[in-house]
Amino acid sequence: MSVATIFLQSQNFIDAAYIVAFGLMIYGLSGLTGPRTAVRGNQLAAAGMAIAVIATLLRKGEFHGSGTVWLIIVGAAIGTAIGIPAARRVQMTAMPQMVAIFNGVGGGAVALIALVEYRHHFGGGWALRVEIFELFGAIVGSVSFWGSNIAFGKLQGILPGRPIKLPGQSFINLAMLLIAVASAFVLAAGTHSQALFILGILGAAAVLGNMVVLPIGGADMPVVISLLNAFTGLSAAATGVALSNPVMIVAGMIVGASGTILTNLMAKAMNRSVPAIVAGGFGGEVAAPVGAPGAKGGTVRSTSAADVAIQLSYARQVVIAPGYGMAVAQAQHAVRELEKALEVKFAIHPVAGRMPGHMNVLLAEADVPYDLLREMDDINPEFPRTDVTLVIGANDVTNPAAKNEPGSPIYGMPILEVDQSGSVIVLKRSMASGFAGIDNPLFYDPKTSLLFGDAKASVSGITSEVQAL
Amino acid sequence: MDSLVIDIAILVLAGFVGYAVISKVPNTLHTPLMSGTNAIHGIVVLGGLLLMPEASGWFEKLLLVIAVTFGTINVIGGFLVTDRMLDMFKSKEPPKAEETAEGEDQGSS
Repeated sequence: MSVATIFLQSQNFIDAAYIVAFGLMIYGLSGLTGPRTAVRGNQLAAAGMAIAVIATLLRKGEFHGSGTVWLIIVGAAIGTAIGIPAARRVQMTAMPQMVAIFNGVGGGAVALIALVEYRHHFGGGWALRVEIFELFGAIVGSVSFWGSNIAFGKLQGILPGRPIKLPGQSFINLAMLLIAVASAFVLAAGTHSQALFILGILGAAAVLGNMVVLPIGGADMPVVISLLNAFTGLSAAATGVALSNPVMIVAGMIVGASGTILTNLMAKAMNRSVPAIVAGGFGGEVAAPVGAPGAKGGTVRSTSAADVAIQLSYARQVVIAPGYGMAVAQAQHAVRELEKALEVKFAIHPVAGRMPGHMNVLLAEADVPYDLLREMDDINPEFPRTDVTLVIGANDVTNPAAKNEPGSPIYGMPILEVDQSGSVIVLKRSMASGFAGIDNPLFYDPKTSLLFGDAKASVSGITSEVQAL
Repeated sequence: MDSLVIDIAILVLAGFVGYAVISKVPNTLHTPLMSGTNAIHGIVVLGGLLLMPEASGWFEKLLLVIAVTFGTINVIGGFLVTDRMLDMFKSKEPPKAEETAEGEDQGSS
């Protein structure tokens, strides 16, 4: 064995590489604080990850046993073959699902690692450190895996987006949580039973993960994904403690912390509390009190692209309030053309789209200049001075019921106060209610007119009318 | 000091570091941030790599190969997709990008 090999395999070298690795990850993440440094930040974090992986593979005895190297190659190759095309091809609108499924596989990996670790110590007494943290990782990782898969299914439209609620749901959830925790205690107390581990911990946590996410309505889903993201981070950190691996601890914990912050920010933007979301989402509330669309009475006024174009051309200030509907219709590029033909600002609600900042990504994809985007708190005072507000595929985030109707399920949620502007034009496909399933009084406001149809076609129509004027 | 104590100390400190670094991120970058942190917890792939040499029997090996596959998807997919998203921010207005990010809370009026 050469001197160089001995040096590279020494624990000191590997530890030093680990420190460089998590240093890069932290530095990279701090780069994500600004759009200009963000790309490099992400690349630095990825470089940190690569260093951590390489250092781990250098470990003495890593390739002990003939098959190890091939098994690792097979796993890494399959993962790469799935990961790269998925990341390359995913549409920007489908980003929440993508994050959900990537998060899910991370949680699944934690749970599987915990199971293998358990089998190794089967019958032969664990060190307490390994035991407690591995059991925690198994439960949380499993919840995260199943919960994320359900979230993916709902966002992707494989499962119905509406809340699915079973009778006695909270009781089942509580029972599953108790079974998982009780099994963990029994195992930690010295019982060695693989069946107990698999059924009691992984099984109960799996049921829990499914049951917790199934009743959550579509609008709350980003909060849930963020929460599960934090969970996976924490379970990765726990696995790191069990394996006494500093880079896993640091990386996992940073994700745990950031996920928690993000979850709270998102919940706050929607005026929801995280416990309330987890306990059942909009579930029961939506069906009963809100009533059928149109129940508020009043008629809607529809308009034509030509009329809209005239209104826009004579307006001194035009604001566009985009929503997820715009993205679904793939109307971003048409909106960009309209933006070029007129002078407009964009009002971006913190949860416009389906995740915080999602709308910024979607508009950035369409080359809309970054400096035209205004955050909710900056644009709201401007609405009274705005002549025309164009609402494209946004619904719940413009719903004045959030301000005026204490009975509404979204009462208290901060909204874009588009109803303050001179007139409002809503581009809608039909009179169906929004993601949250709540009727929007904005549509019946006398100064609102609706332009029905596919958002992309409508926007293109308006643009060509504006250009013709 | 017991190594468990050291590990828990690292855990706690890392939590504070994560909080400090991340609470500064502007709202507009939350989606890439979520996706980027999501990629970072793919670090669990190390667990698979660490345990692989000790795996005995086909069942454990199978579990670990799946774990490594999952972890790799998490890492590679996560970083790539974040990169794709961030590229869209970067290429637009290079001179203005920073100014806007910092001027956001002053508003436009």
